[in-house]
Amino acid sequence: MRTTIASNGQPSRSTIRRYLSLLWHDKFAAAAVLFLLLVFCAALFGPAVFEASSNRINLIARNAPPLSFKYGWAFVLGADSLGRSILLRLIVGAQNTMLLAASAVICSLVIGSFLGFIAGYRNDWTSAVIMRVADVVMSFPSLLLALIVLYVLKPGIANVILVLAITRIPIYLRTTRAEVLEVRERTFVTAARIMGASPRRLIWRHIRPTVTPTLITIATLEFAFVMLSESSLSFLGLGIQPPAFTWGAMVAQGQSYLSTAWWVAFWPGVAITLTAMSLNLFANWLRIVGDPVQRWRLESRKKSS
Amino acid sequence: MTRNDQHLVEIRNLSVEFHTQEGTVQAVRNVSWHIDRGETLAILGESGSGKSVSSSALMGLIDIPPGRITSGEVLYRGEDLLKASYERQRALNGSKIAMIFQDTLAALNPVYPVGWQVAETFRAHGVDRQKANARALDLLERVELPNARARFNDYPHQFSGGQRQRIMIAMAIALDPDLLIADEPTTALDVSVQTRILRLLKELQRERGMGLLMITHDLGIVEGLADRVAVMNGGEIVETGPVNQVFNAPRHAYTRNLLNAVPGKHSFPASAPEGVRAEPLIAVKDLSKGYPSASRSPAIMALDKVSFTLARGETLGVVGESGSGKSTLARTLLGLERASGGTASYRDCDMLRPTEADRTILQRQIQMVFQDPTASLNPRMTVEEIISEPWAIHRDVLPKKEWKGRVGALLEQVGLTKEHAQRYPHQFSGGQRQRIAIARALALRPDVIICDEAVSSLDVSVQAQIIALLKNLKDEHGLSYIFIAHDLPVVRSFADRVLVMRKGQIVEQGRTDSLFTDPQHPYTRELLQSDPVLGSHVAA
Amino acid sequence: MRGYIGSRVAHSAISMVGLVVLVFFLARLTGNPADIYLPVEASAEARAAFSEAHGFNDPLIVQFWHFVRDLAHLDFGTSLRQDRPVLDLVFAAFPTTLLLAFFAMFFALVVAIVSGALAAQRPNGILDRFVNVISLAGASLPNFWLAIVAVLVFSVWLRWLPTSGTGGFVYWILPIMVLSIRPCGLIAQVVRGSMISAMSSAYVKTARAKGVRSSTIIFVHALRNAMLPVITVAGDQATGMINGAVVIEVIFGLPGIGKLMIDSIQYRDFAMVQGGVIITAVAIFILNIAIDLSYALLDPRIRYS
Repeated sequence: MRTTIASNGQPSRSTIRRYLSLLWHDKFAAAAVLFLLLVFCAALFGPAVFEASSNRINLIARNAPPLSFKYGWAFVLGADSLGRSILLRLIVGAQNTMLLAASAVICSLVIGSFLGFIAGYRNDWTSAVIMRVADVVMSFPSLLLALIVLYVLKPGIANVILVLAITRIPIYLRTTRAEVLEVRERTFVTAARIMGASPRRLIWRHIRPTVTPTLITIATLEFAFVMLSESSLSFLGLGIQPPAFTWGAMVAQGQSYLSTAWWVAFWPGVAITLTAMSLNLFANWLRIVGDPVQRWRLESRKKSS
Repeated sequence: MTRNDQHLVEIRNLSVEFHTQEGTVQAVRNVSWHIDRGETLAILGESGSGKSVSSSALMGLIDIPPGRITSGEVLYRGEDLLKASYERQRALNGSKIAMIFQDTLAALNPVYPVGWQVAETFRAHGVDRQKANARALDLLERVELPNARARFNDYPHQFSGGQRQRIMIAMAIALDPDLLIADEPTTALDVSVQTRILRLLKELQRERGMGLLMITHDLGIVEGLADRVAVMNGGEIVETGPVNQVFNAPRHAYTRNLLNAVPGKHSFPASAPEGVRAEPLIAVKDLSKGYPSASRSPAIMALDKVSFTLARGETLGVVGESGSGKSTLARTLLGLERASGGTASYRDCDMLRPTEADRTILQRQIQMVFQDPTASLNPRMTVEEIISEPWAIHRDVLPKKEWKGRVGALLEQVGLTKEHAQRYPHQFSGGQRQRIAIARALALRPDVIICDEAVSSLDVSVQAQIIALLKNLKDEHGLSYIFIAHDLPVVRSFADRVLVMRKGQIVEQGRTDSLFTDPQHPYTRELLQSDPVLGSHVAA
Repeated sequence: MRGYIGSRVAHSAISMVGLVVLVFFLARLTGNPADIYLPVEASAEARAAFSEAHGFNDPLIVQFWHFVRDLAHLDFGTSLRQDRPVLDLVFAAFPTTLLLAFFAMFFALVVAIVSGALAAQRPNGILDRFVNVISLAGASLPNFWLAIVAVLVFSVWLRWLPTSGTGGFVYWILPIMVLSIRPCGLIAQVVRGSMISAMSSAYVKTARAKGVRSSTIIFVHALRNAMLPVITVAGDQATGMINGAVVIEVIFGLPGIGKLMIDSIQYRDFAMVQGGVIITAVAIFILNIAIDLSYALLDPRIRYS
């Protein structure tokens, strides 16, 4: 029941093009990536282009409902209580939202996977200590922990990132350790050991490439989680402080006008949800593509269809 | 059709295809066979031959989709089960047609007691709980599960592989089925356990007069157990007939190849002349390895005072059942496990406590080929990266610009082509992957290659090819092998000398021909007798 | 099994002790503890007097000893804001949170298991795709925003349910529903995945060959095995439930532990915050033991090793 393999070698197309065409064949994932690119562009260029116009207070347009084109295209999603365009504020707010989440994810990814590699490869008392500390952090609701730390440390960009990063380190740590422990015992690692490969080579050439796809997938999922946590913090008033704002803070701000202008709180939430969902979809796709065996399946499905 | 020539089960022109993500695969094409009560039919085939498909169709176990039955009839006492309702099929399954599987640890539900699972066959067909439990216990006693009453509520993972297969059998024969389908029932078991299970199946068949359908890749089992055989290859039955007729006068080329590939039927290898033996490459003396055991009992000895030598150019077979210590021996010699006593040396190097310089020599001169080539090759590296890894580790052996050419040369030596270098392991078949592993082992031009069950997971015909390759390479490169196997016939046609291991000890060692023709130790004799190829037929 | 439970209890206990130590040092090491225990406008003399009275001038080790001694006597100090023992206030608030979390978890589990199990019957079928997208969306929703939208729709527009406050059954509907959405989405994904692998397992094939009814196969054979990974995720979600409860209680004005903590943080009532953290840690400690026990009950391989 084995299908025969085409006798020519790997296709000579560049890797990037191959991934792009793979992506194109999963419509959900493609849509997710497009949306994420949009958010990324907004985060990168948004404040530079729209900073001024998003802060323009326009009392005539106070709480203007969506599709109020008479004030200009920027008011397609309506305006807030000061008559500022919600669309422009979303675009500008994307930067802080993404920056916070990305910084926190990168910090916890780097620290967590580094500790996880140590804990997994050594697997002695250092590992035990690292794991117990992780347990302490994990066994307590992250938001509550963040609240207390921010209460003591005063909210600010650096502290928010720090808190979000610390509470999520155990996720990477545990995953990395479990994977390293498992991969370390695989026969191909034993084979390399018998040939005399150094620990550095074992980790770098054999264990790391096997663990990396899992970590990237988790980081993508975590990006969504951290963004949601940060919005919760901002909503509770413990995120970054005004005048800086994120999407979460926009929801909090709109809450008071709920009965008169629902759109002020509604659109930022949609932005959060869509971004989180795109990240989740993208992570699912990554999980399949990260595995060469499964990737090959995707490619052959593409060929047959 | 008259009543008289109606078979118990008849498959007519069955074709099944599967829609997989790799495209549509024809699993079987126009397969026909029949079986009657009291009769044993074997379906013989290698992996991917489609040998299990028709019996799955018979029991309604093919998932549709992805499977699709494109043509044919599946008749049970003249009734086409492909047209039967779900309830009708369910009523037949377990009561009239029953099945046992290969991987018993997976095939039994891990979270329910075995007694409960055996009794479920009764319950599923309307027997009340209490009666079902009582009859389940009787059955477990009938299949000679030791201590059945006390172990009724134990869970599958608490039993050995052989015991679990007995439990599966009890489950299958519960309602006196007309037909018992055994899908590779003994493949994962040690030879001695295998014999006892096959004997039990044969006994039960005689006792109950049921038909027995053996699905197997093992020619020895077919020869010892079956009345008729259907040989399958690539989804088709290439030959069918009474076993002795097919085996003595095979008409189809595939059958002939298969029969030729069976190890242990040919003459003994010409032993190396005595003079060569004078130069021992590896000398092992009183090698011991103990594991501390729970509570106060003495340490478990995985290796117990093992002594032997490996001469230059020699192939030393190491044979034993699972748990005999043969793999621990390999791991200890390679420094993966720390020995607890004894000595082992390669030329002048101490293998157990090597100096830095000696360690480098050992790493270059002694290589290993593992059982499962899928696991021993890093799936994320190309074949070229895999084969050139030894040079990346030992930088002074070969300058980097020559790697590519050497990889190509090595691939050609093991029967692959240069073009394969840029592919990944998963794009190859099992046999091809083992060739890649062998090419990697050759990269540093070693003296000794340790093969740990290197052909055990391969199909018979592939097995023969890999062994032929190993033989050729040995002559070309002046290699010596330590060839570890649980399979006696493989060792018989390949090894110059054989060690028989049991519970960490060497019970017997000697030249292959004398050991096989005149075994001294009772355990060696038992092993030889229980082997389906070498031993006497199971069916008396 | 006793060994397994014993080591799990020990791990959880270490986590709890670690958290207590963490809380102690957070309050002591970030500056003058009087600053965090006392209101912002307190005078310098008041601070000095407070420090003296509470022994903040003693060596750290002595302070820690007093801290532990008080804990052992279940003395968590007095709330600055309400001038009542912290323990009384925490115990008064706990039932609300417990009720909220319990029913939300119950609802999430039931919906997730049923929909995940049904979706798994036909992987890639219509129902499966539907459940997949819905659960992904559910897992991506920020719950504070969902709460606001739910209030808008069901209370403001439709006027079916009260916006906030406490009272009869109707006051609980929205909080419980909103709180259960995210865990429900996450758990449904896990149920679906583990159910698909359980249904394609060898023991299900054996059961089919035995002629077992398909309802028995799904609910007796497959589901119990599929529940093992689900319990792990559900346990994490139960801890995370406290995160959600904080936000939900604030929005719906429910007097639970989350609201108590947020209020205490706003009024800078540190004794209260500290007490709340420790009691929550104890509750999570008990929850973790319950999860480990149910794991052992479901899986004999853990019980007998």
